[in-house]
Amino acid sequence: FSLCLYLISPLVPEMATQEVQLNETLSHLKTESDTLKTKLEEERAKLHDVELHQVAEKVDGLGQFVMKTRRTLKGHGNKVLCMDWCKDKRRIVSSSQDGKVIVWDAFTTNKEHAVTMPCTWVMACAYAPSGCAVACGGLDNKCSVYPLSLDKNENLAAKKKSVAMHTNYLSACSFTNSDMQILTSSGDGTCALWDVESGQLLQSFHGHAADVLCLDLAPSETGNTFVSGGCDKKANVWDMRSGQCIQSFETHESDINSVRYYPSGDAFASGSDDATCRLYDLRADREVAIYSKESIIFGVSSVDFSLSGRLLFGGYNDYTINVWDVLKGTRVSILFGHENRVSTLRVSPDGTAFCSGSWDHTLRV
Amino acid sequence: MTINTLAKGGWDREQMACFRKMEKVIVAMQDPDMGMKMRNQRLLITVIPHAMTGRDMIAWLIKKYSICEEEAVHLSGMLVRYGYIYPLKEPRSLVLRPDESPYRFQTPYFWTSTRWPASELDYAIYLAKKNIRKQGELMEYEKERYSLLHKRINHTWDFVVMQAREQLRASKQRRKADRIVLECQEQAYWLINRPPPGAHNVLDMGLERPNNFSARVTLVSDIITFIYIETCRRALGRNRVKSSICLEGFVKYSEQYQNHDPIMQGCLPSNPWISDDTAHWTMSSEIVPTPTRLRVERWSFSFMELLKDIMGMREFMLYLEKEFSAENLCFWQACEDIRHGESSRILEKVEDIYKNFLAPGAARWVNIDSKTMDKTLQGLRHPHRFVMDDAQMHIYFLMKKDSYPRYLKSDLYKNMLAKAIVPQETKKSVFPFMRRQRHSSPSPAQAVIQVTEEDGHAKGAGRAGTNSAAGSHV
Repeated sequence: FSLCLYLISPLVPEMATQEVQLNETLSHLKTESDTLKTKLEEERAKLHDVELHQVAEKVDGLGQFVMKTRRTLKGHGNKVLCMDWCKDKRRIVSSSQDGKVIVWDAFTTNKEHAVTMPCTWVMACAYAPSGCAVACGGLDNKCSVYPLSLDKNENLAAKKKSVAMHTNYLSACSFTNSDMQILTSSGDGTCALWDVESGQLLQSFHGHAADVLCLDLAPSETGNTFVSGGCDKKANVWDMRSGQCIQSFETHESDINSVRYYPSGDAFASGSDDATCRLYDLRADREVAIYSKESIIFGVSSVDFSLSGRLLFGGYNDYTINVWDVLKGTRVSILFGHENRVSTLRVSPDGTAFCSGSWDHTLRV
Repeated sequence: MTINTLAKGGWDREQMACFRKMEKVIVAMQDPDMGMKMRNQRLLITVIPHAMTGRDMIAWLIKKYSICEEEAVHLSGMLVRYGYIYPLKEPRSLVLRPDESPYRFQTPYFWTSTRWPASELDYAIYLAKKNIRKQGELMEYEKERYSLLHKRINHTWDFVVMQAREQLRASKQRRKADRIVLECQEQAYWLINRPPPGAHNVLDMGLERPNNFSARVTLVSDIITFIYIETCRRALGRNRVKSSICLEGFVKYSEQYQNHDPIMQGCLPSNPWISDDTAHWTMSSEIVPTPTRLRVERWSFSFMELLKDIMGMREFMLYLEKEFSAENLCFWQACEDIRHGESSRILEKVEDIYKNFLAPGAARWVNIDSKTMDKTLQGLRHPHRFVMDDAQMHIYFLMKKDSYPRYLKSDLYKNMLAKAIVPQETKKSVFPFMRRQRHSSPSPAQAVIQVTEEDGHAKGAGRAGTNSAAGSHV
């Protein structure tokens, strides 16, 4: 990083000439970056020989879908910001603006655990793969892990473990394949991988120019990558081992609020404030589909695929959920019911249902 | 009225984009050729021109955007909520009634985006006007806010009162119809920008996202640019695949998994969320005496599907034992355990792996090519989480290319498939109003406690699985 050392030097006032050189270097950096970007776009376009909807012409269209709310979970006192499913396919954890994190058995709608965080705006929560703990964080700039105890009298907050520390709010967190590691993204522009037991930082990921809002782990065979989306309109794919950014996509016109891998791991979808969802293919290294409609004006807060990847569900800021045919690019259905923004949306692990959380204080399955 | 300059920040980006889009719709609605037809509406004894009904709006939206009625109602509802259209009857209730109720377009002067954000000073002037006009008969919450403002901006209060009086005087000189319209418009504007307590606040934007590093510290932004350049360079050297091949892959994948997608095809015997019957989950739990047919079929979709499923992995292990190559799978499991396990136990686990699988003469020696073996042994001098990665990948692909396809052709697999059950579809209940009792299930947390308390006891039902290496617990 010798270039960076050179950049730091002009803080010494007498080096006026070096400042002039510095400005030239900076502008060179910018032009080089722009040139490379254009070159990359050209390279990507070379192999783009067909559009997704053309390939999908031979596929049967989807009929009308009737999707109803099967459960409504009431109990949060303020906006629901995030939720995650347990691997047992029926339990979920949800977090809200008032600092409460609740674990529900969504099937019976019973609350099983509740934790009050010491901060408001708990924007991220995740269920551990074992089902024995949950992680959450938000304005406290940390990610904490709470082991779930069945002793009703036990104060869950007592066993809390502080794992991640950022210099700005925590926007998303996810356990990797086990309870031992957590991946986080933050308003400080970085993502980080942490060892739960020791709280040690294992790897940090720099490359976003603004707040990172979301992340998702790849379901691939070698399981070493993840994707993140941020306020800089970029979606970056990272190598977890080296910390390097392997691929970067910038086609959205506004903040990317949600990213989610296609079930095969060969692609991922993103949802943005520009009211579109987009599909990016990792092997073709480009955007391959845009899901938008003139009548859809408000931003997408959250996206997820159905089990087969044929359907893409998007939660929007106009309180609706739009269901897209991933292959044909058309909208299959629009769901109403929430009375405020849909802030989070996840399909259950076995694909039997999906859960949406909203600023109207409720969650629906 | 005072006009504020736009504040910079994340809120602005999001809000402004939405406002602009809504304004596009509004402008289209007022297009002389393709827009909506307007009429005069009677309000008590005055006639208000240029009004339309809720029903007209919905019809126009349906036609223009090819959407269904429900969506058109929702969209026009949003236009009302954001103040682009206001109701003439019951002006304090900003909802869209899909009937003959009259509505009017808000003047661009009073669009939320025009004077964003709404200023305290303007609100004070508005309340002062109202106070004078209604001779002190403001609503309760308005009275509270008025006195609060009076305290907060006391230094400019004379200006506030003067402006209020001036505006009232000017409005008296207008025609009654115009005056009523202006009052309606102004009221609608403030209902949105200063909603009454308890009312839905459409302008609630949540947390501010102000961080745009390029705007702030140039040093950080240059590092980011530098990183981006590196990423681009790397990306340029990437092998790309033709779009036609990639996209075909999606079609194939969706086709293959369609029957397994409960939301698309339903699931047998029934979707628990719809029927309240958890039979589907019971039949698909981690360990069952007889797995379902769909589940066994999935094992043939990809090697990863087989390994992801505990039962699949178990069956594959049985097969490998028959072929005397079970050490490969054991090795892979042990490597996974290192990759995803506690940092503190990496050293000990690496040593175990070396002893059992890599050392010359090891009990379960795995056959890795010499190049990978050398590299791995080198890496063992300074063991870390990923030191086994190359070896693990080598063995993984070995199994995938060789043992896995043979397993799928084997009798072991074929028998599994043959005796797999296909659950009967549960017909919808004869008495649809009778709700089944929804039974709770043991919490995964509880199951683990059982295991630790009762040594050697079988795992509880519904317990979530982790990548467990041979014999190790969470």
